[in-house]
Amino acid sequence: MNLVADGLRKKYGDVQALDGFDLTVAPGVIHGLLGPNGAGKTTAVKALATLIDVDGGTARVAGFDIRNQASQVRRRIGLVGQNAAVDEILGGRQNLVMFGRLYGLSAVDARSRADRLLDMFGLVEAADRAVSTYSGGMRRRLDIAAGFILTPAVLFLDEPTTGLDPRARNEVWASVREVAAAGTTVLLTTQYLDEADQLAARISVMNHGRVVADDTPAVLKRQIGGDRVTVTIAAGESLDQVAERLGAAIGIPAVPDLEAHSLTFEVGSGVAGLSAVVRALDESGITPDDLVLRRPTLDEVFLTLTAAPKETAR
Amino acid sequence: MTAVRAGWVLTQRNLAHWARQPWTPIFGLMFSIMLLLVFGFLFGGAISVPGGGDYITFLLPGMLALSMMFGVESTATAMAADARKGITDRFRSLPIGSASVALGRVGADMANSTVELLVLLAGGLLIGWRITSDPASAVLAVLLLLLFRFAMLWIGIFVGLSFRGEGATMAVQVLVWPIGFLSTAIVSAETMPGWLGAIAAWNPLSATASATRELFGNPTGITEGPLADAAVWLALGWPLLLTAIFLPLSARAYRRLRG
Repeated sequence: MNLVADGLRKKYGDVQALDGFDLTVAPGVIHGLLGPNGAGKTTAVKALATLIDVDGGTARVAGFDIRNQASQVRRRIGLVGQNAAVDEILGGRQNLVMFGRLYGLSAVDARSRADRLLDMFGLVEAADRAVSTYSGGMRRRLDIAAGFILTPAVLFLDEPTTGLDPRARNEVWASVREVAAAGTTVLLTTQYLDEADQLAARISVMNHGRVVADDTPAVLKRQIGGDRVTVTIAAGESLDQVAERLGAAIGIPAVPDLEAHSLTFEVGSGVAGLSAVVRALDESGITPDDLVLRRPTLDEVFLTLTAAPKETAR
Repeated sequence: MTAVRAGWVLTQRNLAHWARQPWTPIFGLMFSIMLLLVFGFLFGGAISVPGGGDYITFLLPGMLALSMMFGVESTATAMAADARKGITDRFRSLPIGSASVALGRVGADMANSTVELLVLLAGGLLIGWRITSDPASAVLAVLLLLLFRFAMLWIGIFVGLSFRGEGATMAVQVLVWPIGFLSTAIVSAETMPGWLGAIAAWNPLSATASATRELFGNPTGITEGPLADAAVWLALGWPLLLTAIFLPLSARAYRRLRG
């Protein structure tokens, strides 16, 4: 195992940021660490990257103990923190050369490594511009490149796409896949469940300083139950009335979404459920604006597992 | 990787900042030159030096010491900005010695201050200031100024690491003024009310300013008291004392980033 944490504890003042944090990550995979704000994700990453001292528990990263062998750990990890921690005044190439030399490369090696990474992360054109002129996505990619200088055994990515637009997010995702393809284990924290679903082979769901669920995205989805049918109701109709009528006809309570003006039914199996809903709509004489059959999203998995209010999930 | 080598890489980083944004050090320099001209020509006519002597010749060494003290601002601001932006955390996750980050700051700021001293000395020569002592004393004067800057560096590193908010650097920017003026850098302490003069005489900045004057062979504006007898020793002792206090405090502040 490339990363094993056992009962990590860390207290900040009155806040128990890590409360018996356990994690096992296999080599060469992208592992998602999912949780709302304040769940302890960043604290976990900082502890594993030897940036903070823990109050209790043990952890080994790339085979070395984070407490007694911190410098060995540091030589084998890359850390990409929440706010893109690259030098904004310098250019992209200057940043990578600097980090390369800080990792112990000679000036010549650091320069050639910087060139390779600029190419790998699509930053050749902007290489000599000041980073302050970069877009959010470019900055993140440079940040990841800087964490990837020695091809680390473990790369920590702390919420790498927070605040990025969808296109930049896709570019960062491509970079993360690139890193994993090179054999590096990636521990990715995120509040975006679709991000973990897209990237991670395995997901640990975290809340209140500990992992509350740990499995593949598919199994986690299964835990939340069957498929969903979502019916979008025409604006003129009363959501409450339709919910009551359809709920009675199908025999499953409707979950209303006031904002989308839609009703969701958690049906057991997709096709049978869909026809039941259609039949009920027909019998009630309701013409929906939209009708969708879908697998549960990770948001729903997450909400069930952490029992957090909906607002904090997105 | 040794802390010294990493410190050198980080020194280069900080110097590269000035190459990319040259107006930062240039404005710093222009500010010092402006102060020199304002006090030398605008206010200077109204200021007399106790014990006699030309005011410009009296003022220049004081301005050199003052500009070394103002350096505390740029050190604190740079340290705080790095800590705030997360780049200090990035450095801390690297396999480099824990002294590297401070060493990088020390290297760059000392280089900058050396250049600043040389420019101000050249400016002084242009407006009529002269060294009337021997070269060895003059070199010692410059070294004492740099030693004072070195002590200011550790205060700046401590403040920058301990109080990372913008407010702290603002406080430093404001506080350097009364501390700078309450000294013998610009006027002799002997022209002040007795109690104020006593405080000014014990200001570490005064020791460096007076020792520099003495070593350059410039008028000191001092006729009695500790600064008359032992300015050079005080200019050696004060910075060493300040460094002995703030270097360990800086190291502690850096360790405290581990929460």
